[in-house]
Amino acid sequence: MTETLEPREKTARIRRFRPLILLRAAFRLVVSIALTLFGLTMATFVIGRLIPIDPVLAIVGDRAPQDVYDATRLELGLDQPLYLQYFHYLKKLLAGDFGVSLFSSQPVLTDLLNVLPATIELATVAIVIGVFLGLPMGVVAASNQGRWPDHLIRVVGLIGYSMPVFWLGIIGLLLFYGQLGWVSGPGRVDAAFEGAVDPVTGFLLIDSLLAGNTEIFFNALSHIVLPASLLGYVSLAYISRMTRSFMLGQLRQEYILTAQLKGLSRRRVIWRHALGNIMVPLITVIALSYGYLLEGAVLTETVFSWPGLGLYLKNSLFNADLNAVLGGTLAVGSAFIGLNMLSDVAYLVFDPRAR
Amino acid sequence: MTSAAASGGLKAWLTSESPDSRIQARLGRWYGGWVSLRGNPLAFSGLAIVVFLLLVALLGPSIVTGSPFDQDLQGRLAPPSAVHWFGTDSLGRDILVRLVYGSRITLTIIFLVSVIVLPVGLVVGTVAGYLGGIVDAVLMRVTDIFLAFPRLVLALAFVAALKPGIDTAIIAISLTTWPPYARLARAETLTIRNTDYIQAARLQGASVARLLWSHVMPLCLPSVIVRLTLDMAGVILTAAGLGFLGLGAQPPAPEWGLMIADGRQYVLDQWWVATIPGIAIFTVSLGFNLLGDGLRDVFDPKGL
Repeated sequence: MTETLEPREKTARIRRFRPLILLRAAFRLVVSIALTLFGLTMATFVIGRLIPIDPVLAIVGDRAPQDVYDATRLELGLDQPLYLQYFHYLKKLLAGDFGVSLFSSQPVLTDLLNVLPATIELATVAIVIGVFLGLPMGVVAASNQGRWPDHLIRVVGLIGYSMPVFWLGIIGLLLFYGQLGWVSGPGRVDAAFEGAVDPVTGFLLIDSLLAGNTEIFFNALSHIVLPASLLGYVSLAYISRMTRSFMLGQLRQEYILTAQLKGLSRRRVIWRHALGNIMVPLITVIALSYGYLLEGAVLTETVFSWPGLGLYLKNSLFNADLNAVLGGTLAVGSAFIGLNMLSDVAYLVFDPRAR
Repeated sequence: MTSAAASGGLKAWLTSESPDSRIQARLGRWYGGWVSLRGNPLAFSGLAIVVFLLLVALLGPSIVTGSPFDQDLQGRLAPPSAVHWFGTDSLGRDILVRLVYGSRITLTIIFLVSVIVLPVGLVVGTVAGYLGGIVDAVLMRVTDIFLAFPRLVLALAFVAALKPGIDTAIIAISLTTWPPYARLARAETLTIRNTDYIQAARLQGASVARLLWSHVMPLCLPSVIVRLTLDMAGVILTAAGLGFLGLGAQPPAPEWGLMIADGRQYVLDQWWVATIPGIAIFTVSLGFNLLGDGLRDVFDPKGL
């Protein structure tokens, strides 16, 4: 009996100090976000200074007289020490000033907000596919450890892990668009429908429904289905593998045996008790794979001419549009950090052991 | 007869419960690993793929005829045939020859990334874990910052600042690959730090550097090497992705990702130009994944 009392005492103590403990954990989280963002901006700042182009010459041209050159240099603050320059850079970023894109002559922030919905739409459809297939696959693999379903799912996962996504995209286009004609080709929607619906949310699938235009909706659907399935497959590989290993960790424990001895069906024990206990680490895994999807967008969007953040980054790179490149890097990097931290918050809220 | 007896003797020597020398013990451990790797068909096929890659890179260029840069504009985009087993690309270059030479580029990238990532990760991790305190806090914060960077995008930004090329790609990949190794090495060091034999070595007057180098790092190696094998697939895919985007290896290098980019515009009519290098990338990265999985089972049976 004493053994069962002990954890109860512990929870009572945790409950009493809960606000304090939560506060400390939250503080630590904020510090770590701040530090990581500091590192990220530092990296983009350094990269901006590494570039072998004189920013003053880029503005005034190489025939400008010396005094114009010097004045512009002063104006840009390039005479100041590096840490001050970095400080000004941070101040501008915090005000939402990412500079002006040389190619589109618009503020980089405006450009980013324009292309972001396309990327989020694709990544979201992909992660939904990845979770709804990958999670059950992981559970099935773990509950059949060492038997053929486990091996099959392991091989399916390993193939997904090893596949160059951009190549898979090309082959997918060749097969399902070129040969079979089951799906539409590159792009978000047929050229005829381009800009036909008002961008309310920026997500074409939602906007077309809001406008009541089912023709565009199904057209957009036929465009998104191939890239989303391929990306979904890649995240499925990761999600099913992690689900399997988390599940194995649970199934080994005694409470599983106890629940079964009490007469619960194995199915209920697996899908309710064990799966319920791995939800928190699974959120981390899903958040991380969403981050990988945003990052991998550079490759998939190039293959599918998908007008999102990835394609924007890649095009800016080839146009030597440094402001746009660094802005895009910051956007993806912050999203990545945000998703990382989101999973930490999930731990804090749902798992008392993490405090 | 004698050879059978000798091999039986060798096996007994290798599996001896009480080895007489350090070498015998070490060889025995390797033999044990080899036996369990052989019993795992998936891992063994992974090993076979990796060994095949090594052989192709070492011997391939002296077996295939022609150079990866020989153009034959009359015979461009020729389908696979007896002369050109894998066909030719848009400049009439033999795809098989280019694949074979490209394996050297892949191996170079893998090798250089490992050579950069391993020492950095090991040193940062063991120093942080062993010294603890403020050194640990600072080093691990830095590690966390690098860990939070999206690999491909940072590589892109990095390439944007320097010039595109294999060396830039290698540096960029290494920059985002080392942090997990530091974490691994630190975790291992924390468990080793307070063991008796470390105390004994310290009492004998061993310096921190000596302790870390000869008593801590060797014990970190197994888990780090398993992780490295598993990471190799990711490194290959990233390098190929950079090549595909035109930011890694530059033409006319026979880098596999670059070859896919070359063949992309012909894919609807001449499928082999883009398909075959992709199969090569996939096979090699699958090989490393399979091998890494198997090594993990061997070295870390409690793991997943």
